[in-house]
Amino acid sequence: MRHFTLGALFAAVLAVPAMAADYTIIAPANPGGGWDQTARTMQDVLQKEGISKSVQVQNVPGAGGTIGLAQFAEQHKGDPNALIIGGYVMVGAVLTNNSPVSLADVTPIARLTGEYEAIVVPAASPHQTMADLIAALKADPGAVSWAGGSAGGTDHIAVGLIAQAAGVDPTKINYIAYSGGGEALAAILGNQVTAGVSSLGEFQSQIEAGTMRLLAVSAPERIEGVDAPTLKEAGLDVDLQNWRMVAAAPGITDEQKAAITADIEKMAKSAGWQEQLASKGWSDTWLAGADFDAQLAEDTAATEQVLKSIGLVK
Amino acid sequence: MSSFDFLLQGLAAAAQPMLLLYAFIGVLLGTMVGVLPGIGPALTVALLLPVTYGLDPAGSLIMFAGIYYGGMYGGSTTSILLNTPGESASIITALEGNRMARNGRGGPALATAAIGSFIAGLIATLLLAFLAPYIVRMALVFGPREYFALMVLAFVTVSSAFGDSTLRGLTSLFLGLALGCIGIDQLTGQARLSFGFPDLLDGVDVTTLAVGMFAVGEALFVAGQHALDRDQVLPVKGSIWMSRRDWARSWKPWLRGTAIGFPIGAMPAGGAEIGTFLSYSAEKRLTKHPEEFGNGAIEGVAGPEAANNASAAGTLVPLLTLGLPTTATAAIMLAGFQQFGLQPGPLLFATNPTLVWSLIASLLIANLMLVVLNLPLIGLWVKLLTIPKPWLYAGILMFATLGTIGTNPSSFELGMLMGFGLIGYLMRMFHYPVAPIVVGLILGPMAEQQLRRALSISQGDWSVLVQSPVAAVLLTLAALGLIVPLVLRAMGKGQVLQAVAADED
Repeated sequence: MRHFTLGALFAAVLAVPAMAADYTIIAPANPGGGWDQTARTMQDVLQKEGISKSVQVQNVPGAGGTIGLAQFAEQHKGDPNALIIGGYVMVGAVLTNNSPVSLADVTPIARLTGEYEAIVVPAASPHQTMADLIAALKADPGAVSWAGGSAGGTDHIAVGLIAQAAGVDPTKINYIAYSGGGEALAAILGNQVTAGVSSLGEFQSQIEAGTMRLLAVSAPERIEGVDAPTLKEAGLDVDLQNWRMVAAAPGITDEQKAAITADIEKMAKSAGWQEQLASKGWSDTWLAGADFDAQLAEDTAATEQVLKSIGLVK
Repeated sequence: MSSFDFLLQGLAAAAQPMLLLYAFIGVLLGTMVGVLPGIGPALTVALLLPVTYGLDPAGSLIMFAGIYYGGMYGGSTTSILLNTPGESASIITALEGNRMARNGRGGPALATAAIGSFIAGLIATLLLAFLAPYIVRMALVFGPREYFALMVLAFVTVSSAFGDSTLRGLTSLFLGLALGCIGIDQLTGQARLSFGFPDLLDGVDVTTLAVGMFAVGEALFVAGQHALDRDQVLPVKGSIWMSRRDWARSWKPWLRGTAIGFPIGAMPAGGAEIGTFLSYSAEKRLTKHPEEFGNGAIEGVAGPEAANNASAAGTLVPLLTLGLPTTATAAIMLAGFQQFGLQPGPLLFATNPTLVWSLIASLLIANLMLVVLNLPLIGLWVKLLTIPKPWLYAGILMFATLGTIGTNPSSFELGMLMGFGLIGYLMRMFHYPVAPIVVGLILGPMAEQQLRRALSISQGDWSVLVQSPVAAVLLTLAALGLIVPLVLRAMGKGQVLQAVAADED
């Protein structure tokens, strides 16, 4: 009898979190990074806008999000209350790590935010324009060192695409990987490398202060308030966005998917979400449904091709 | 207005009762999570971030500052009393601190850590306030080759943490270096030694290794000694307060620790641990009581503790001046800034002086509160040692496990924790020091990455490593540290030899 009581008590304790939380959002990264911030901003807005009573955020860090993704697909199968944050970096990480679980194994809901890549040089650099930098790259690809985030990530892919578009062998690029755009920033400011590539937001304040020169951005059109040409204007057919998305668990019903999509759309269209985007400098890149699925498939194919040409994926 | 006026204004702003309360809550929480093995300040700040959405910017930043400083301090308490560091920056503290506690001098060890942290925090925060823009310019001189030289110097000096046998110390260090090779290689993105386990792709987590080696290993060792005499409790000998002699032996290490810790913390890829390694070896070389090192020398607690708090303040230099977070906690503080629409960077001091100065003022206040909170607690902490060992170590095991599960909810991570605990137990049984293995895991990957970055930038030209003056000086220091003792020994200089032999173990 005592055992039974204990067992019941234990079961009750286990059941409480499930009842209390409308949504559990998995951030497949350490606290502090972009995915974690996205998850915690969603938590805040979902609760404040009254879309969900209680939202929990759980960090499952590791290997470009593939650890969290694998755990999510396995543990939350059919759970309509679980969400996971992902992004463009995850597409590349799945490929480079040979991850058995990919974004096709979960239920993508929507693309939420995105940041364009910026190509910068130190203020003291002799390169004044993107054309100067490309000329140097063509002359000797190895002599142009690029600092950016982790190998195989968006920044690395951007450099690969730039080299390809310029007609330079992408396997010859000299990419120096740092653990993130921030650490790369120190290398660029310290004149340790030729150029730097990362999300525009990482460099913005340095560009404004004049310690770095912005050569180009990876947007399809000029970004409002940013004084730099696009890569396309510079004659390189590259257009790349580091987007972040939210996905639901695999094995949920169509009704459940529709309900989650409705909740997320309500959040993304709310004033609270727009305020957060503005204060964090993220642009709204809302895309859901069949359009998002198509975009995801296109990005995955393009990324695989680039990673193969850089030589990261065989 | 001069910087000084701004600081006074900031102090006045931060001294409001509500803000003082936030500072107190932050310091208290920070100390608590610092004490628990495995739960770091980063996680705490992340959990509290949503709570602070409702607060004004000043209030929440002040709370973060309190947590940050508190966490740095809290880790030393368990290091000293229980030989279980809560953070990687307090590993070195355990070497001498725990010896002191075992000799019944836990009180003075905790006191020198608290006061050293306070003094280091005070000086470093003032340096941050007045010199941040200049310091960051110097820190940027450090590129991959300079960092590599610094790592080499750290490798050479770290041998002073080896304990009684150089062979055993090196064995332990190389185990750590081997563990450091596991995971995705950062420069090429390829997996190494992961044997198909996705959990190993990100490498071995330093906290898991440290908590496993120290906390779990220690608990197993104590249990295995069948010395669980219920009555045997560490007696507190003498005063729990520092004697005049303790003060005399502590103040120089405090200052030296600050001088070493602050600049290394300010370097974008420095890290608090390196400062503690260098400080410990500096104290060991400069001490007048070399025989006490390894048996509870107060200098070995005072220096590294000052160094880790000074580097905590140093970390804020790149954060505030470049918007560059160099630790996980700083990254979350950055998120906190952004939540209020502030972008830390070169313009922050100019565009938002009030906020920056109230943050700096609140750091000073948090620092003062820490010492006020912790000095009276020393008596209580020391009593912790009188808890019967079975209960005490059961508690440690529980917190170690909870901490690991809390940061990374995976059964694989828990398995690793237990595995490392078992290795730690075996190493203790056979008198292998456990600190070098953790040191190897911290330094190895850093040194490797920086070396390869340097060579990649130079396109394979090794001479680049000695072409920069900073790197050349650091490498020369490292070479001297390695060669001089050997030469002296070969020349058979009587007294010098003995001193050096004692120095080297």
